[in-house]
Amino acid sequence: MKPKSQRLVFVILALVAVLGAVLLAMWGLRDRASYFYIPSDIVAGKAVGDRSVRLGGMVEKGSLIRAPDGVSVSFRVTDGSARTPVTYRGILPDLFREGSGVVAEGRVTPAGFAADTILAKHDERYRPPQLGNQVAEHRVAKTVLK
Amino acid sequence: MIAETGLSALWLATALALLQLLLGVAYWKRGIGGPAPARALAVAQGLLTLVAFAALLAVFARTDLSVALVASNSHSAKPLLYKIAGAWGNHEGSMLLWVTVLGLAGAALAIFERRLDAAMTVATLAAQAALALGFFAFLLLASNPFARLSPAPAEGQGLNPLLQDPGLAFHPPTLYIGYVGLSVAFSLAVAALLTRQVGPLLARAMRPWVLAAWIFLTLGITAGSYWAYYELGWGGWWFWDPVENASLMPWLAATALLHSLNVLAARGGLRAWTMMLAVIAFSMSMLGTFLVRSGVLTSVHAFAVDPTRGAFILALLAFYIGAALILFAARIATVREGARFAIWSREGGLVANNLLLSVILGIVFVGTLYPLLAEAMTGEKLSVGPPYFNATAGPLALALLAVLLFAPLLRWRHDARPKLARILPGAAAALLAFALTFLAPAMTLLPRLALALAGGLAIASLLPLARRNPLRTPIATWGMAIAHFGVAVAIAGMAIDSSFTVEKLAAAHEGDTLAVGPWAVTFASLDPVAGPNWTALEAGLDASRGDTRVRLHPQARTFFNPPTETNETAIATVWDGQLYTVLGKQNDDGRWQLRLWWKPFVTLIWLGGALIALGGVLALFGRLWRDWRRGRGGTVVDPAAEWRRR
Repeated sequence: MKPKSQRLVFVILALVAVLGAVLLAMWGLRDRASYFYIPSDIVAGKAVGDRSVRLGGMVEKGSLIRAPDGVSVSFRVTDGSARTPVTYRGILPDLFREGSGVVAEGRVTPAGFAADTILAKHDERYRPPQLGNQVAEHRVAKTVLK
Repeated sequence: MIAETGLSALWLATALALLQLLLGVAYWKRGIGGPAPARALAVAQGLLTLVAFAALLAVFARTDLSVALVASNSHSAKPLLYKIAGAWGNHEGSMLLWVTVLGLAGAALAIFERRLDAAMTVATLAAQAALALGFFAFLLLASNPFARLSPAPAEGQGLNPLLQDPGLAFHPPTLYIGYVGLSVAFSLAVAALLTRQVGPLLARAMRPWVLAAWIFLTLGITAGSYWAYYELGWGGWWFWDPVENASLMPWLAATALLHSLNVLAARGGLRAWTMMLAVIAFSMSMLGTFLVRSGVLTSVHAFAVDPTRGAFILALLAFYIGAALILFAARIATVREGARFAIWSREGGLVANNLLLSVILGIVFVGTLYPLLAEAMTGEKLSVGPPYFNATAGPLALALLAVLLFAPLLRWRHDARPKLARILPGAAAALLAFALTFLAPAMTLLPRLALALAGGLAIASLLPLARRNPLRTPIATWGMAIAHFGVAVAIAGMAIDSSFTVEKLAAAHEGDTLAVGPWAVTFASLDPVAGPNWTALEAGLDASRGDTRVRLHPQARTFFNPPTETNETAIATVWDGQLYTVLGKQNDDGRWQLRLWWKPFVTLIWLGGALIALGGVLALFGRLWRDWRRGRGGTVVDPAAEWRRR
């Protein structure tokens, strides 16, 4: 192979690889991006399909119920206008409180939302930007934003 | 006074960096000056950044609360280790650490790099100064670590308790040395393009610097992974979190660069591509800094977030990457054609390595930045998590492992009939391992294949050492074998952990016994304990498996300043894995939540990381030793020319 054509082959290979990467990434993102919803979206049926999504809002006061096994909990997440019941099995993060902001990762179920992870906040200053934006948009910000 | 000394040192260093850059331009245009003054300036600049950093450590060690940064991030009642390590547990301090490493890298370059000619030396140091200038400006204008606070508060606000861990003393500096060490490769590539000296000599000069940075990156990522594993208490060691990806992307680029440098150094090929990779590697470091420091991304690790600074770093990023790419485009036509090679050759294998690593890099890059772009363009808020990364990067990593089974055994240039006998042991081991995985029918395909390839690679990685006199084998070859063996070890650990981890979550009274995998864990006691700035409830867990007995003490801690609760995990390491325990909260009925994991062979992940770094260390010393024996400077010949002569 001549040097020129070898370089051409290399460039073509690289292009094919990059194209493959883009296609693979787009295929992956098509159904694997974890979308962020608030309870109003879920009530409106925006979260469809069996895939991992995030749910954000406030933990409704007085809604936290602990199951007899001692490690399962259920609570309601509200955005001011709609609310979604959430079930979770695990140790709740330290800053999880009724009336405080929360982001849950998991799946939408017919009964509400089954959380795999309740997002831990590293400190009191940390708040996922998505939650900040969404809540501000829905004007229930005062209690969440301190 | 100490803070003012630090600030003056920074301003002086900035002035010297400007002078160093101008000196480079003067030498380029008029032939004024030369390497000697540029070297002196670079060394002085490195020392000044060191003075500034020492000043920061001093104000933190003394808890000088009149310094705003200390007041908002430290507290007088905190162990000295965390007072000092806390100096870089915040935005300004960690940026000063970044800049200090940049200054020291420039100084090291000035002192140790003696193989380049005058023009190349001056140009490299000028490029390094241009980089330093931008980040000095960022530090002084947008994140001054020495700003005073008047009046000084009576007490500081304290350090985030999750950061009060020995990991903080080790992980960020290691990672930063790796990140910023890649700036040398960037400067060398820019200088080589400017002075039209892209070739094997450049590759040999660049290789030790990239190796050193890569070793630190590997160690930093490995240590960071272990730190997150035991500190977050989630039982995971990699979350595909944006901040983790920010450290993985430079590592992927540096790994590709390391391999393509070998082609350039040994055979004079892949010239343009290697220069591109050198630019990309440091660009990824800067991008990582942008992602972590600008607060644009949601992360479980992001500590200091301030969106206003993002624009500054983004502008620096765009300027340096843009300038390097424009230079690359302008000079690419002058880069000579490299030596030819067949597809079936060592070069071919290394090209496959580079393509696969680049594609993985692209996938991680897209997955990390896509949420940002999507939100900017459509307003849709989404996050990309492990399902995406595992499904896309996983199979590509397997393909990379498959290439690794035989590529290091191919000959340079042309291997018409690769000797089957050399490749066979690795392939046989892979098949055997694959068959063995069916003893565990529950395994999914990806871990099964990963385990099979890891088994094959464990054998194949050692084949380059076979049938050679061990004492006469170059140390660098030993390094390569050990690093590749480390890859096999780490992948095996990941596959086993993801397939065979057992988890137990329960609420228990004192005296209750829980079973997790082969272990029986008894909740024996619960006692209050106190540390220097925290109190805790400490559980005593008696774990037994057959004759093995261990006692674990997970804690639920409450820190005073700032008042925060954390869970301190307790981990027992045995030869075949780790028992990982977390004490949760007390329920109203008096039971305590306990979370237990049995993680077989999870330790292999970090052992593999350490082996990879060890391989890098051996390769680095092997190369340096060989160069030193051959005498410094002149004797290096262009191997491509040598080949043509034969």
